[in-house]
Amino acid sequence: MSKLIKPTVGDRIFDVIIHLVLCVGFIVVAYPLLYVVSASFSNPQAVVSGKVWLFPVNPTLQGYAAVFKNPQIVTGFMNSLFYMIVGTLLNIVMTVIAAYPLSRKELQGRNVVTLFFVITMFFSGGLIPSYLLVKNLGLLDTRWALIIPAAMSVWNVIITRTFFQVTIPQELYEAAQIDGAGDFRFLVSIAIKLSAPIIAVMALYYGVGHWNTYFSALIYLKSPELFPLQIILRSILVINNIDPTMVVDFEVLQRKQGLTDVLKYSVIVVASVPVLLIYPFVQKYFVKGVMIGSIKG
Amino acid sequence: MKAHTTLLQHKPPIKVRMGKVFKKMRVHWPLYVLLLPPIIYVAIFSYVPMYGVLLAFKQYQPLKGIIGSPWVGFSHFEQFFSSPSSWRIIKNTVLISLYSLVAGFPLPILLAVALNEVRKHWFKKTVQMVTYAPYFISSVVLVGIVMQVLDPRIGLVNQFIQFFGGEPINFMGETQFFRSIYVWMGIWQGTGYGAIIYLAALAGVSKDLQEASIIDGASKVRRIWHVDLPSIRPTIVILLVLSIGGIMGVGFETIYLMQNNLNLSVSEIIATYVYKVGLINSNYGFSTAIGLFNSMINLILLIIANFTARKLTDSGLW
Repeated sequence: MSKLIKPTVGDRIFDVIIHLVLCVGFIVVAYPLLYVVSASFSNPQAVVSGKVWLFPVNPTLQGYAAVFKNPQIVTGFMNSLFYMIVGTLLNIVMTVIAAYPLSRKELQGRNVVTLFFVITMFFSGGLIPSYLLVKNLGLLDTRWALIIPAAMSVWNVIITRTFFQVTIPQELYEAAQIDGAGDFRFLVSIAIKLSAPIIAVMALYYGVGHWNTYFSALIYLKSPELFPLQIILRSILVINNIDPTMVVDFEVLQRKQGLTDVLKYSVIVVASVPVLLIYPFVQKYFVKGVMIGSIKG
Repeated sequence: MKAHTTLLQHKPPIKVRMGKVFKKMRVHWPLYVLLLPPIIYVAIFSYVPMYGVLLAFKQYQPLKGIIGSPWVGFSHFEQFFSSPSSWRIIKNTVLISLYSLVAGFPLPILLAVALNEVRKHWFKKTVQMVTYAPYFISSVVLVGIVMQVLDPRIGLVNQFIQFFGGEPINFMGETQFFRSIYVWMGIWQGTGYGAIIYLAALAGVSKDLQEASIIDGASKVRRIWHVDLPSIRPTIVILLVLSIGGIMGVGFETIYLMQNNLNLSVSEIIATYVYKVGLINSNYGFSTAIGLFNSMINLILLIIANFTARKLTDSGLW
């Protein structure tokens, strides 16, 4: 196209403006991220005195050493891993077994069941009734309180159902049926294999959700040994409540304070890395997933 | 669907039709078995709490349970609306929400349109990768980063201010900054993610229309204005309707983290109030009533927004 019609001066200026705007956006997003990472690797003194602007100053791993020496953070990290892995596995199973039948025309009463699910997206009982339910079920202050009430998201079921409808042609069901595969067999050996992209996206959504949430832990858990990482982070980063015993290695108060500051940056990195590590692997699926979500169900 | 309609057109006697339905159900029994756990889950974890909404009209007594507790009619609602602090909380909720809607809604569209014009693949990919990234950061970490960066003692922003000879500012403690910090933090985190859906919509814009406008000599700006934006209008409308439906639903997680005694007069919103009254002060009935009021308003706003969108643009959620 560009060979046939030369871009006008106006279009060229417009192009430059667009690239400039995107560069500014890029810097605005990237700079704080880079700063946090740099500060986490810097010498505490340099962070406190404001010498860190872009890259680490006098790089050290003191902050990270303090993070991994802190038993609370380590326990929280392991707990979060548990909640994320077990919770996401349950989420995937529940979402697939809900979405697959709903995608099949053969299901009688499909619209009624869909409506039964969708209503819950627009109206919910609210905080107290949900809390009382969890309490009455005896889940309060157990690990299951973070997993079972969050076993499935209706929105994700609808997205997955739409994916099944769009990508698995009716002919395939019929062919499988002729070959003697029932609905169950079809799901396990054909449908699931064809839906790797949507399962990857769902795993990402659910996994990130489990890793990042602190609200359910705040209301349902009391025992510190069950706390996920986000609750520990909250007390370190936001409430500014750092157990003095975890910086025993340094008696000098100022150094202690400086280390605390660097520890905050390090713990931010440690808490975000697992999620940011998965992201590039599922990125291509991720964009696809958002697009499927935009198809009206 | 097709098979179903032809079935209806023939109109066999009802007994025969029901027989066919049962036969179909028998053949496809695994579908029903699979669907059973999700239905039970939704019934327990979504519908049981809906029934728990009755608490809004009761004086909850733990020993008597939800059914046995005495009715109090609308007294919780009256109590809520008669206190001046309630109006302040409603006002805070609406102001924060409107601010984020007005400032935050157009930006993903802008980013998507700009990215859509970029021809260099690597540049587009890099900007996309980096702008999505904050979406995966938890609210605790996000607030943690903001508090570090705005810290009066070691924060980057205050070091800047001091570098140019100013006095450090305690941003988190000043009521005038609270809304802006919250809103722009959200924009920083969500704009890249929000742009994905518009990028997808832009990818579907008709190539014929694009080429026709190029041949007609339309500049890039005019092409965006007259071809791209009208083509993605349904997407824009649907997302706008959804955001308007969520105006009273400002998220608990981030705001609660940002609250402190100094900024409480602007930072107390319905969600945090419901939490404090209900779970910290154990005033279950009152808290449920406020929550119910909040979700009813959301539902009404959603319906009005959808109705208006249908009338004006012919697209909407339903």
